[in-house]
Amino acid sequence: MENPKSEIKIPTMAEMAAQGKEPEILFWVGCAGSFDERARKITRDICKILHYVGISYAVLGTEENCTGDPAKRAGNEFLFQMQAMMNIQVLDGYNIKKIVTGCPHCFNTIKNEYPGLGGNYEVIHHTQLIQQLINDGKLKAEGGESFKGKRITYHDPCYLGRGNDVYEAPRAALDILDTELVEMKRCKSNGLCCGAGGAQMFKEPEPGKKDINIERIADVIEAKAQVVAAACPFCMTMLTDGLKNQDKEQEIKVLDIAEITARANGL
Amino acid sequence: MIAQIIFIIILGAAIYLFSKNVAKIRRNILLGKDTDRKDQSALRWKVMAKIALGQTKMVKRPVATVMHFFIYAGFIIINLEVLEIMIDGVFGSHRIFANPLGGLYGFLIGAFEVLAVLVLTACIVFLCRRNVIHLKRFTGTEMTQWPKSDANYILITEILLMTAFLTMNAADYKLQLLHFGHYVSAGSFPVSSLLAPLLPDGASALVIAERVCWWFHIVGILCFLNYLPYSKHFHILLAFPNTYYSNLNPKGKFTNMASVTNEVKAMLDPSYAPENTGEPGRFGAKDVTDLTWKNLMEAYTCTECGRCTSVCPANITGKLLSPRKIMMDTRDRITEIGNNIDKHGKDYQDDKSLLDNYISREELWACTSCNACVEACPVNINPLEIITEMRRYIVMEESQAPASLNNMFSNVENNGAPWKYSQADRFNWTEEQ
Repeated sequence: MENPKSEIKIPTMAEMAAQGKEPEILFWVGCAGSFDERARKITRDICKILHYVGISYAVLGTEENCTGDPAKRAGNEFLFQMQAMMNIQVLDGYNIKKIVTGCPHCFNTIKNEYPGLGGNYEVIHHTQLIQQLINDGKLKAEGGESFKGKRITYHDPCYLGRGNDVYEAPRAALDILDTELVEMKRCKSNGLCCGAGGAQMFKEPEPGKKDINIERIADVIEAKAQVVAAACPFCMTMLTDGLKNQDKEQEIKVLDIAEITARANGL
Repeated sequence: MIAQIIFIIILGAAIYLFSKNVAKIRRNILLGKDTDRKDQSALRWKVMAKIALGQTKMVKRPVATVMHFFIYAGFIIINLEVLEIMIDGVFGSHRIFANPLGGLYGFLIGAFEVLAVLVLTACIVFLCRRNVIHLKRFTGTEMTQWPKSDANYILITEILLMTAFLTMNAADYKLQLLHFGHYVSAGSFPVSSLLAPLLPDGASALVIAERVCWWFHIVGILCFLNYLPYSKHFHILLAFPNTYYSNLNPKGKFTNMASVTNEVKAMLDPSYAPENTGEPGRFGAKDVTDLTWKNLMEAYTCTECGRCTSVCPANITGKLLSPRKIMMDTRDRITEIGNNIDKHGKDYQDDKSLLDNYISREELWACTSCNACVEACPVNINPLEIITEMRRYIVMEESQAPASLNNMFSNVENNGAPWKYSQADRFNWTEEQ
């Protein structure tokens, strides 16, 4: 079977603008999605989904810049606002109206914190886009890997769940797979953080009894899940490390909702 | 007549003292910086009705919810009885509502008695959870002697008040059966009639028992009222304004600092004329007076239930951070500042601050900003806002962020990503590695 990804050409805003075109939606890749090896796979899968359903989209490519989220959570409001204003200039320069992000942190920052600095966009997270596409009948779970009967659990990222009350969209993407969707004891608004938020991703944890991702991975193991679905590149890293630490990486896989969707559709 | 005069004096003194202490707390809260929480009043009333009146955020813990509801319902409904006691006390009447309310009065008194038993039960269960089972939620570094005693005092006082109320009714009931004096048949006594056999049979002894319990009950309530401003129990009042002034934004949204916006705009555009954002002040919070009045109101609202700390990922994994401690420290510090103002005048400065003297940097840097504490609070308290403000002070005023975070900052600043990758490589993800 021919691998469709080799055919995908990722359009950039600069190219589109040169041709006098404006895409329907901007895909905001994010720093993890651009640089982190594991997250880059997810980025490509999101592009495959966008390509497959035929949405006109583009990315900023090298013109994208950190949203400022980690600086803001760490208390560096100066740096955050510098980043925000530069990004708003770029986004407005391309007349962007709608953004889909591959990261809940970028999603939260652009959606909630950019409007106060003059950047007003309709912002959705990729799990919300997938839910919409499923609802519109544009995306099914056909022609790819079958997840039928697999025990899958979903780990709520804080900035998608509690931060913005998005609990159902990622679950809707799993619902159509005909899997056995199991919830961990701490889920939805009671979900336990992976340990990476609030700029923890970029520092060593404070001294304690154990790392937060080890505490969280115990929930995954307790749920007897074969797959733990994630929707955030930081959660992805923390959960993967947690599984390695517990020697469970062979039995339990961490997959992003976008990866699962792409695989289920043979993309 | 003398009894009436004594009653009026006690009542007046109690109300005076209570208002004075409430005014002091109000003044302390207003030492905080301004923040606008006056918009969307219709939605705010709704939030207050749902969260404070309807207690919808309590339900995540069923046992506590049911028990708390007994005490809450008992407290609100039995207040109708307190109203009657007050009127009787001032006018020297006895059960003044009995005649006008007729049959309803009997029902009400009966209902109060049932509620009193439920309150008693709940208080005993709560005492056991704290002192016998030693529930983990009620322990922790911040749960020192005073917070533990405070909780026990509240529960024991409520037990004593309810016992006095039921004993008073039992004596009244017996006197009514004897058709003694002004003790005309009024009310129904489903619970206290069961206690009646424990009381003496002589009318004069019963009158003494009835009067002693009556006075103990009402004076006890007035003392309890004056205990509130010193206690975590103050939440029974502040829960209402605190939920009314809730943060209505998504929890993930942090405030954008207007003072910073001015400076950033001036940096990006030298011709920019900054708007006047009031006094310059410092960036972030070193002390409680750098926080907003809402943060301080939340500190006085906190009843130390520990739901926040019990869901905090940092605390669960043994880090120093405890969101409950953040709130308790904030309240203790603002109380200290208030006491200093009373003693030494309003310009008095001690050498202390919330940062370092109360809350350590290690606590602040352990937070993942996951909002679990905010979600868990039954009265919409937000410890994360205080943590963020203090981080802002450490980073922007002191430049004392942990070294790894400083590296992250310089990466963001220099190459547009929190890691040390070149901006030029940002679009390389298209190729599989």
